[in-house]
Amino acid sequence: MTLASLTAKVTRRGGVGRWWANPASRAFLALVLVLVLGCVFHAEGAFFKAGTHRDALRQASVFGILACGMTLVIISGGIDLAVGSVLALVAVSFSLLSIHQGWTPALAVPVCLALGALCGGVAGGLTAGFRLQPFIATLAMMVFARGLAKTLSGGMKVSTAVRNPDGSYGYVPVPGVFRFIDSRILGDNLSVVTVIFVACALLTWLLLARHRWGRELYAIGGNEEAARLSGVPVVRTKVLAYAASGLLAAVAGICQAAQEQQGDPEAGAGYELTAIAIVVIGGTPLTGGRGGIGLTLLGTLTIGYLEKILSINAVPEASRLMLTGVIIVAAVLTQRRRRS
Amino acid sequence: MAALPAAAAPPAATPLVRLRGIGKRFGPVTVLRGVDLDLFAGEVLVLAGENGAGKSTLIKILGGVHTDFEGTIEIAGRPVRPRSPLEAAALGVAIIFQELSLVPTLSVADNIFLGRPRTRYGFVDGTAQREAARRLLEQLGLDLDVVRRVKDLPLAQQQLTEIAKALARDARVIVMDEPTSALNAPEVEKLFRLIADLKARGRAVVYITHKMEEIGRIADRLCVLRDGEHVGTAPAAELPPARLLNWMVGREVEEQFPRHAAQPGPERLLVEEFSVWRGGRAVVREVSLQAHAGEILGVAGLQGSGASDLFAGLFGAGHGAVSGRVWLDGRPLDLAGPRRAIDQGLAWLTNDRKTTGLVLPLSIIANTTLADLPHLAPGGWRQPTRERAVTRELGARLALRAASLDLEVEALSGGNQQKVVLMKWLQTRPRVLLLDEPTRGIDVGAKREIYQLLHDLTARGLAILLISSELPELLALSDRIVVLHRGRLTAHFNRAEATPERVLAAAMGGT
Repeated sequence: MTLASLTAKVTRRGGVGRWWANPASRAFLALVLVLVLGCVFHAEGAFFKAGTHRDALRQASVFGILACGMTLVIISGGIDLAVGSVLALVAVSFSLLSIHQGWTPALAVPVCLALGALCGGVAGGLTAGFRLQPFIATLAMMVFARGLAKTLSGGMKVSTAVRNPDGSYGYVPVPGVFRFIDSRILGDNLSVVTVIFVACALLTWLLLARHRWGRELYAIGGNEEAARLSGVPVVRTKVLAYAASGLLAAVAGICQAAQEQQGDPEAGAGYELTAIAIVVIGGTPLTGGRGGIGLTLLGTLTIGYLEKILSINAVPEASRLMLTGVIIVAAVLTQRRRRS
Repeated sequence: MAALPAAAAPPAATPLVRLRGIGKRFGPVTVLRGVDLDLFAGEVLVLAGENGAGKSTLIKILGGVHTDFEGTIEIAGRPVRPRSPLEAAALGVAIIFQELSLVPTLSVADNIFLGRPRTRYGFVDGTAQREAARRLLEQLGLDLDVVRRVKDLPLAQQQLTEIAKALARDARVIVMDEPTSALNAPEVEKLFRLIADLKARGRAVVYITHKMEEIGRIADRLCVLRDGEHVGTAPAAELPPARLLNWMVGREVEEQFPRHAAQPGPERLLVEEFSVWRGGRAVVREVSLQAHAGEILGVAGLQGSGASDLFAGLFGAGHGAVSGRVWLDGRPLDLAGPRRAIDQGLAWLTNDRKTTGLVLPLSIIANTTLADLPHLAPGGWRQPTRERAVTRELGARLALRAASLDLEVEALSGGNQQKVVLMKWLQTRPRVLLLDEPTRGIDVGAKREIYQLLHDLTARGLAILLISSELPELLALSDRIVVLHRGRLTAHFNRAEATPERVLAAAMGGT
């Protein structure tokens, strides 16, 4: 009996088969495997220190926030390539407003979030209203937002170095909101960005699992025509998904600016691909109509911990990239739905 | 080939194609059983039968599309078993399908030589190809620009390209599946001259049509299929229309679904001079009808009659313009779109549950509640307990069989899937139900349950408009029947007048 036929047999019957057929359990297993890997290659005990886990979560948080928005768009059957550029645009804008214009966060944060939502909404309008392919519409927004970020910043990093009237440079203090977002709570054991990530995940989960809009998003991704004929407002629902993705990219951009204490117009390049990889490794298929935030959470942890384990073991970046490629393929292969 | 007579008006003694005992099953459903058929060089054989009689399946077996079938095929005395359309083509069988098999973005010439291009040094020789295509079209008397892309051509010319492509292979057997559905009168004449020419050159032509007039004009012999079985084959002269219809309808319409005489209530739906356009063509033309509460109005029509387009138009879901006046319970119906239609009390069960009815990856509950979310989720937040309760209640009413209501509908059988679609529409509490093939592809048991449901619904005062390509079903369920032919309402029967022969004759454009 071959392994394949054995697996098939188990899949049809028994509890193990049913457990394995559930994408959440497979994503969970992948995470466990990565954690076991960490226990084996613990880099002289580094893996068992609380700080390592705190940092792994902190480093994964920005990607996780992007992946939450990406999950919404992918469930609707689309893709959002613009999130990395929107992150940079918002990082630049937030730094300009907070550091150079001296805006209070109560004003700067909502304005920046609205800017991100607007970028996403425009891309969504192009794909849902004008029927451009999501790939094309968000690719255009990706290029445009990057250009806008460079225009606003003059191509320079927007930092606390401010040019004085006489041409010399001086440094202004880092705004309090930057320091707060980059701080840790609970006796130094939890980063604020991680809390922000968890809040974003909770909110998107609530919308997807409990709100009419989330259900209609699944329906559109699963069968757009059937959804339309069932009275689902297809255009509005889709535009909101892209706007939400843009908004979450803005949240990530604010976090990024705070962590770097500057707005880098080159920030976030390629982040959209990491976000897509996280969603896919979690088990949300690119075909739409399936998946969820829980899976994306598992995907974020898997990728985040993998990165951390590789870095504490001082694996060079070149090898890390190759390994990530292999892992994406392996994850998608195990998550391919089996035909009965 | 060489042995064939040049102009074989009377069929040659040995058949060119001999089919014996052809049978085909799709899962548990048998669609063809023991069909024998001979095909002679130099004749036109018309394959007749109702929708779903097995005509298309039979020619797909001959054309190498379906490869797992029972029985044997002989071509020119040699047993063959085509395993792909390409193999069938190599054996000299060319099939012109209803759904065109052209590549829209390629030119006419490229399409004609698709799969076996004229090459030079391994590269496609465009000049030679265009020249050959031009010569071929000239021979066929077709006036087509060979360099134009197929997608830029009107549908009729696409159809002619498809025919030219089949003939370019110099096939011995040419099968045409309703080739005239998109052609206008002069083009039909051209096609018929082409067929006469093919006959004269000793080719065998199989022609599928629903149009009485065409049968009368070109058939040498007629072969009738019914419910997947071969009823008989006879020279056209021996099979006048009345007898042909009798062969096609055949079976006694048993009272297997007794319908209680309806007590028609007040007028629910009134449609006046309603027209629907699709792709720039009027597919429903000035149709007027009315349906009363508690009544099932059957809408009969063969493929291309426009019956489904009528439903799409009433539901505000078509992709083209509509005109005319519609009232629901005395109020003008707003045709702005599906949401408006649902809110006004209309429900439309489409004829293809997988592509337009269900969201396959979602659960039974999600599908059942999808069209009614504005009511089930007031303020936007869904109420899972309430959704489960309404789904359980509807499931019990329709005898839905599923291990769990959280199951993806993809995993359900056809009958249970159809019940989920019905549950979705009943959840919207409709006053008028548009049903397009509600029993397509489901087993007998589920059919009976759906029939029972329709009776219960009409007893509660719903008006139902019903399309069914199964004539016995349509006749047994409907209180009245209107017939559409090429988009026009051509006949109206009450229950007593509606015999299978009369309805079918009207649907085929006869009188």
